[in-house]
Amino acid sequence: MTSPPSDASDAAFREALRQDDPALLYDRAPCGYLSTTPDGLVVRVNETFLTWTGYRREDLVGRRRFVDLLPVGGRIYHETHYAPTLRLQGSAREIALEIVCSDGRRLPVLVNSVLDHDADGVPLVVRTAVFDATERRRYELEVLAAKRRAEESEARALQLAQTLQQTLIPPTPPHVPGLDVAAAYRPAGDGRHVGGDFYDVFQVSTDDWVVVLGDVQGKGADAAAVTALARYTVRAASVDHDAPRDVLRTLDEVLRSADTGRFCTAVVARLRRADGAWQATVACGGHPLPLLRRRGRPATSVGRHGPLLGVFPQPAFTDTDVPLRPGDALVLYTDGVTEARRRRGELYGDDRLTAVVDEHRGPAADVTDAILRDVMAYQSGDARDDIAVVTVAVE
Amino acid sequence: MTVLDRHHVRVSGAPGAQPIVFVHGFGCDQNMWRHVAPAFEDAFTVVTFDHVGAGASDLSAYDPVRHGTLQGYADDVLEILRELDLHDVVLVGHSVSAMIGVLAAVAEPEHFDKLVLVGPSPRYTDDHGYTGGFTEADITELLDSLDSNYLGWSSVMAPLIMGNPDRPELGAELTASFCRTDPDIARRFAHVTFLSDNRADLPRVTVPTLVLQCTDDVIAPVAVGQYVRDAVPGARLVLLDATGHCPQLSAPAATTAAIAEFVR
Repeated sequence: MTSPPSDASDAAFREALRQDDPALLYDRAPCGYLSTTPDGLVVRVNETFLTWTGYRREDLVGRRRFVDLLPVGGRIYHETHYAPTLRLQGSAREIALEIVCSDGRRLPVLVNSVLDHDADGVPLVVRTAVFDATERRRYELEVLAAKRRAEESEARALQLAQTLQQTLIPPTPPHVPGLDVAAAYRPAGDGRHVGGDFYDVFQVSTDDWVVVLGDVQGKGADAAAVTALARYTVRAASVDHDAPRDVLRTLDEVLRSADTGRFCTAVVARLRRADGAWQATVACGGHPLPLLRRRGRPATSVGRHGPLLGVFPQPAFTDTDVPLRPGDALVLYTDGVTEARRRRGELYGDDRLTAVVDEHRGPAADVTDAILRDVMAYQSGDARDDIAVVTVAVE
Repeated sequence: MTVLDRHHVRVSGAPGAQPIVFVHGFGCDQNMWRHVAPAFEDAFTVVTFDHVGAGASDLSAYDPVRHGTLQGYADDVLEILRELDLHDVVLVGHSVSAMIGVLAAVAEPEHFDKLVLVGPSPRYTDDHGYTGGFTEADITELLDSLDSNYLGWSSVMAPLIMGNPDRPELGAELTASFCRTDPDIARRFAHVTFLSDNRADLPRVTVPTLVLQCTDDVIAPVAVGQYVRDAVPGARLVLLDATGHCPQLSAPAATTAAIAEFVR
């Protein structure tokens, strides 16, 4: 229930109603109105529009098209998008434009238009409402600038991640005379974050090489810093220590003293050739044991499990000597392979991996790529963890 | 996703007949041809499609490198022709797609019978001794105006849930989807479109060519249409008494008649 207006407000009510005749509404509306032919020639314009833009009625009516009131860039937009949309759809809404005023000043506006047709669908008239959007445009430009900054920042972060990743993962392993080495790496998810997996293949002296593959806990820049530390520690320690277990012990000490709060797993294989025969010495710290596939025989894991790196005081690691003969292959991998999961949660597991390794007995790249493909397919292409594989085959 | 899905290719008309392929320009989608293309269904296999980034195309197929030049868009056209196994093609290209058609016809002329260039411009910006109609500052301003419409374009992408009581024949499905354009791709496409220079490609066209030009077009002035006619060997120019850059919308009957006269 509304109470009847008092005398004073009753008079105001009637006066406001009196002012609201259609002609006054048209001219004094708080938005600009333009009517044009379907081709855009102005046939009628209200006073608000004229006041805002400084044009006289006779400057516009019958003389100018709506598109003529736009700056050049806006004209292109009008002709390529706005006008076709209006023609096809019968309306166009909330189009941001600038009107060039009579004194050259530009008025940011939002424009709504409808195109009226006759009974046969022939276009008759375009009715356009123009809203002053000066403040809104200023705000939008700020939003746009913020969006641009965010996009640039994201692009820089991605670039940084990729650059960092490339320093942790050699794009192609070096050529080792007498060995066929292949590696594959696939970051988790969309590849926008630096993963914790790393590998390295480097020479210590003639016929003396080290292959290391590891996994630092976590992701991102902090993990990458630890990954870099681990990778270079293994390089440095391999010069001082022949035995992979000593390399792991050094890495463990460095990680604990660096106080990174992150642990790491790694497998180190030292490959040496004497009298034409290769021998691998393998040590593991908290890492899945590598697979050894001898010519004509099924693949089996080799080495002894060792403790996580960077966690326990006085850990003990064990070396295992593995003579390698032509046709043998050693496959190092991270748990992103065996712990890959299907949607319903089932693990990829050791057996699937072993089966793939048994099946592909060609060049090292074949088995490496086959593992990556199979694990990715198993997860329907969506890796939840990094995947790294290095295969060393004796030629 | 096949090439045909990628571009939301629609094929209609007479199966096995000579193909006529309509290619939309910057800022809109294949709906641009809805008042013209059906007139050719009696005697042609009519093909329309959306460029990547427009209409119902697969946005994920946008490749900044491939689509960083008009040649990439021409390669898309050629892929569609190959996929549909089309030969003896009449290609009708509007606006920038006139040049995309030129590039496709220069690259693989064996596919083509005729070219119809609607409002073509081989170069939008002025150059020594050449009037394209725009300065580089104008183009920068266009890119800015695309930015201002960032929000507007986004909402254009979203289905407009509104009736069209004046034109019930359009139906709800169609009103929802005219001229949808991904804003980011539109901005890049604008760069490629308005900063291209394809003047050197025009003399390499070997198929009969019709230039359709509006008398009053702020995007492609009559002088540019004349330039294209003079540069393409044997090309004809037909001036349409129409205003604006889209005669297929503002003067569909005249546009249809001019194309028909050339291809039938």
